[in-house]
Amino acid sequence: MSIHSAPPAAPVLEVVDADVRFVGQVALEKAALRLFPGEVHSLMGENGAGKSTLIKAITGAQRLDGGRITLRGRPVAFSRPAEAAAAGIAAVYQEIELVPELSVAENVMLGDEPRRFGGIDWRETRRQASRALAQLGIDLDPASSLRSHSPAVQQLVAIARAVRTRPDVLVLDEPTSSLDQDEVAQLFDIMRGLKAEGVAILFISHFLEQVYEIADRLTILRNGRLVGEYLTADILRIELVERMLGTTVGALEDLQDRGREEPAAPDARVVVQATGLGRSNRIAPFDLTVREGEIVGFAGLLGSGRTDAARLVGGVDRPDGGTLRIEDRTLRSPSPRAAISAGAVYSSEDRTSEGIIAQLSVRENILLGLQGQLGWRHRMSWSRQRELAGSYIEALGIAPADPEAVAGTLSGGNQQKVLLARWLALAPRLLILDEPTRGIDVGAKAEIQRQIVSLAENGMSVIFISAELDEVLRLGDRIVVLRDREVVGVVDGDLLTPDQLLALIAQGRRRWLSRSPRAARTSSTWRGSRASRTRRCRASSTRTRTSSRRPGPGSMRPSGSCATGRRRRRAPW
Amino acid sequence: MIALRILRHRLFWPIVALVLLVAINTLSRPSFLSITIKHGALYGSSIDILRNSSQLMLVALGMTLVIATRGIDLSVGAVLAVAGAVSLTYIEASPEPGSVGTVTVAVALGLLVTLVLGAWNGFLVSVVRIQPIIATLLLMFAGRGIAMLITKGQITTVTSAPYAEFASGVILGLPVAFLIAVVVVAIVGLLVRRTALGVLMEAVGINPEASRLAGVQSRGIIWSVYAISGLLAGMAGILYSSNIMAADANNAGLNIEVDAILAVVIGGTSLAGGKFSIAGTVIGVLIIQTLTTSITFLGIPPAVTPVFKAVVVIVICLMQSRRVRGLLAVRRRPVAPSVPGTAAIDASAAVSK
Repeated sequence: MSIHSAPPAAPVLEVVDADVRFVGQVALEKAALRLFPGEVHSLMGENGAGKSTLIKAITGAQRLDGGRITLRGRPVAFSRPAEAAAAGIAAVYQEIELVPELSVAENVMLGDEPRRFGGIDWRETRRQASRALAQLGIDLDPASSLRSHSPAVQQLVAIARAVRTRPDVLVLDEPTSSLDQDEVAQLFDIMRGLKAEGVAILFISHFLEQVYEIADRLTILRNGRLVGEYLTADILRIELVERMLGTTVGALEDLQDRGREEPAAPDARVVVQATGLGRSNRIAPFDLTVREGEIVGFAGLLGSGRTDAARLVGGVDRPDGGTLRIEDRTLRSPSPRAAISAGAVYSSEDRTSEGIIAQLSVRENILLGLQGQLGWRHRMSWSRQRELAGSYIEALGIAPADPEAVAGTLSGGNQQKVLLARWLALAPRLLILDEPTRGIDVGAKAEIQRQIVSLAENGMSVIFISAELDEVLRLGDRIVVLRDREVVGVVDGDLLTPDQLLALIAQGRRRWLSRSPRAARTSSTWRGSRASRTRRCRASSTRTRTSSRRPGPGSMRPSGSCATGRRRRRAPW
Repeated sequence: MIALRILRHRLFWPIVALVLLVAINTLSRPSFLSITIKHGALYGSSIDILRNSSQLMLVALGMTLVIATRGIDLSVGAVLAVAGAVSLTYIEASPEPGSVGTVTVAVALGLLVTLVLGAWNGFLVSVVRIQPIIATLLLMFAGRGIAMLITKGQITTVTSAPYAEFASGVILGLPVAFLIAVVVVAIVGLLVRRTALGVLMEAVGINPEASRLAGVQSRGIIWSVYAISGLLAGMAGILYSSNIMAADANNAGLNIEVDAILAVVIGGTSLAGGKFSIAGTVIGVLIIQTLTTSITFLGIPPAVTPVFKAVVVIVICLMQSRRVRGLLAVRRRPVAPSVPGTAAIDASAAVSK
């Protein structure tokens, strides 16, 4: 834990040793945050890092189980968001919390309208609203309906509303996620203006670009703990990503050298073929080929489009364009149901809201997919249900080993296994696993990784998404790299060190460009024997790839020289 | 341990409430439980309750399935009226109102129309994706209009002995209406639990998005649930019109949707959808019907009936509420969030409607 570079003034808001525990899980543990007047401070972290919990604690939506918050040097304990707002902490959330049916002026002044003769003084309302908008340099007719404006403008109105009361602290949670370039620039101008007035701004964004542009300092959280506080200018992009993602150690080590003994043959049958698949504002059109028995890893930060790409391939979301072929079927109007009957299943990253049916039993959860395919008329016999569920419980080591246990009461890792069982029961050709190992303990994690490897060895194709790069690298035959909602390249998993993958993800290529292939090799002891196996290969390919500055969606073939090298090794002529 | 399991069973409190109601009635008038046999038929207050509960039983049964999928069907009362109107209008127009053939066709016609109306609700909810409360609100009002159109604004009265049997007939000493309800409950119970319909309905009701991702075809399931609800309301309509031998478009099944929703909630099925209990609904219906009977029995003026009902329902729902039970009972092991817990909150919302 390192605290760098405190500006001379005292912090306006300070969070010390914050603990928040939910049933059976720790959301924050000794987390800390300092906000100084007149700075833009970015809060960084992946899913489950505790960002939202920390924001909730600051804005009074979540009580702390331990630790304290001080505002202007005095301890505070908010029990409701309204208290935090009254104390000078304003927040604007990703989902705009305004009333689209009302006018701009009414929205800006909502809940705080000037009164006259016991009624609302509408003229004064409009006047004050205009003033609030003008102060931010927003040129807008206050009488116009909010609905008539774009989400970007609505976002600005939300900010005008938040800063009208001159707060000391302004929390902006993902304010740029639906804005285009110009709109982001306008927002940043407004933020700089507020900063000059001494407002401390806590800025949350998945876009590293924007963080580097606007933030003065940043705080990194991981797994609910403070990683560190840095001056943005002091931390390299790659270091930032590294610290956000962390590294995995422990029970996973035994898997390290195992990897895949027999990676999928490059000429194996094509199971899934996506061409120009895309969805506006979500993921730029991309191509993808997955072959039989192949594990394709998707690597990218949260918000990079990794999930959106996987959902398109799994038929969960409707693409704007492109075609999706699963086995021999072209999915004309993709749906999970159509994809499943074609042979592809998508397991969501959001286990609770898109995976487990909490009140149903483990047995019912495991068999749900199968039953959905059979239709309601063909209920599996009781004995068949018990037998199937029992066999998956045993094979995956689900605990408790009781098919009638209520699924919602199981631990996260076991719920994940139940879901894995649900998908496996469908005997898919392609299994898409979106963060199957998130938020589960290390043992269960290793268990699930082992399962994935053995499934692929038996001919199942797997798309595997994880925020943990080690995992993606270890399991993936090929790695699809995503950044800022675009597939930026596909690389052979054997050829990458974690550092290089980090660099691709962060776009901060500086570091590994300057490093010689030899240095890259010696630093990557994690892969042991495999590293030496592919040594010759990596040296050549690193050179190849440095020349192509930005691998586009076109380069989706396993990169040439090494793929051939491996093939030669496998075929002993 | 066994005592604890009984105490924690989801039907424990509804059964306690029913027993309590019966006990209060018996105390205030000891003849409440007595059953006599006259002309091969059983007579007594409890038999009356069973016979009178049959319409509500059918409607609440359909409502249970709809609610399990996170929906609601407000149109049941109106659909009930349509069934009576269709059947009686057909009998009235036929040359032989007393023949079994006429009655069979009339009943089939009435049920067919209500099945179509139910399917219409299902279409609006599952295909057009209108919120269930709005979608069924349409028929709740339009349905009575349709019934009016069919009866041409008159209260159609007929004389048809076979048709009257539905309400007043007796088989093996038990009212036919009650037997119909029992048979239908059994059939529907088998339908949902012997096929996969029940578990798929629950999955869709608990977590629609997860069910979609699992490849469950929720559209067909939701559609059929509303169709079944319409059909069951139609059966109740046949019983109602057979009871008074008249098609009364304005008053048939008036406010029955409220009683049905209450019965479902009392039976422990959450308005938030999910796990449902047909046995719970049956008990809920008996509670409501006993309550209605007790009100007259105990000499409470009919005008304050709604207040009395509301009070009892709130008490039952409070007993089911996890929070209240936590306050009353000794501290137990923490249990997983269960459906009945949320039922109480939803129920109080329903009462206030």
